[in-house]
Amino acid sequence: MSAALSNTKIMNRADLTCRLVAKLKHEEAVIGGIGNTNFDLWAAGPRPQNFYMLGSMGLACPIALGVALAQPQRPVFALEGDGSLLMQLGCLTTIATLAPKNLAIIVMDNGIYQITGSQPTPARHADIVAIAAGCGIAASHWAADEEDFERLVDAALATAGPVLIAARIDDKPGVGATRRDPAQIRERFMQGLGVRQPI
Amino acid sequence: MATEADAARSASTPGWHDIILRSFKRNEIGLVPYVPDRVLTPLIQGLHDDPFFTTFATAREEEAVGILTGAWMGGRRGALLMQTSGFATLPNVLASLVVPCQIPLIMVVSERGTLGEFNYGQSLVCRTMRPVLDALAMEHHTMTRLDELEFTVDRSIKQAVATQAPVALILSPLLTGGKVFA
Repeated sequence: MSAALSNTKIMNRADLTCRLVAKLKHEEAVIGGIGNTNFDLWAAGPRPQNFYMLGSMGLACPIALGVALAQPQRPVFALEGDGSLLMQLGCLTTIATLAPKNLAIIVMDNGIYQITGSQPTPARHADIVAIAAGCGIAASHWAADEEDFERLVDAALATAGPVLIAARIDDKPGVGATRRDPAQIRERFMQGLGVRQPI
Repeated sequence: MATEADAARSASTPGWHDIILRSFKRNEIGLVPYVPDRVLTPLIQGLHDDPFFTTFATAREEEAVGILTGAWMGGRRGALLMQTSGFATLPNVLASLVVPCQIPLIMVVSERGTLGEFNYGQSLVCRTMRPVLDALAMEHHTMTRLDELEFTVDRSIKQAVATQAPVALILSPLLTGGKVFA
């Protein structure tokens, strides 16, 4: 487990993902990172504004940044694991510099590579929120519990970003299994963002 | 050398970087992340100086690929500028994101490692670039001549968008002058 505040509760990724999705009423975009983050996003129910990233570990935040730059009026969420974020920490500096007002990053931090056998990440002594704040994302917060997570999501939807919300989570696997059809996922997402019409 | 070549041209003749910038603009390529390269400097400067473009450095080339993928899906076109060694960091994201998701990623690669390279490591990295592009059956063009540049860049961007397939535009030292041992 990364060095979160000692009083932060250990929560569950699928539960938090459902709580997030339940708050999305205005076609907000959500980018699910590799593996469990997009499996749980898939399990939370179909939304045309969801993009499920099947490979390219670490790129959920950059993809979300691209969507945010292309559609500055649409709130965009990146769902990322701590191990995935470690592969592309530099992107936090880019996000801090460009400072898109419509971008929120949610980091599900269990301190392990759950999907590959629960090996610990090298970041067990690192604090994701401190890293993000140090990169220049001032609005970076640990969610103390589920209620606090919901409050932080509400705040992300109501105030200008960029925002990073980190949550300590348990070691449970994802509960869904994303259909691995990248072209269809991409096309549906573009339709969900109003960029394409179905043929 | 680029500076001598530039000086030899008349002031009214557009340079390679002017032509690429113009082709970007004509094709609505407005979002241009980059990992800088000495050879690309005049192009990067030109992009920064023109408010049409949103251009910025990323910490890593993969990151820029993610940004451009998201932007394309959101309806905004862009291109990635990098050097040969930067391209060498990309096979995983090209094979697992760009190609299967049919993203028309425009890559402009300043070619190091050939025609007078002074760094052995660069010359070895350079040899991995075209085999990777060919292994993924990705369109690529090596641009050596100023008179063919506009046609190649313009048509390649149009083809990438129309076919939803990536393209690499490799800027040869024959075009840019490359980087020489100081």
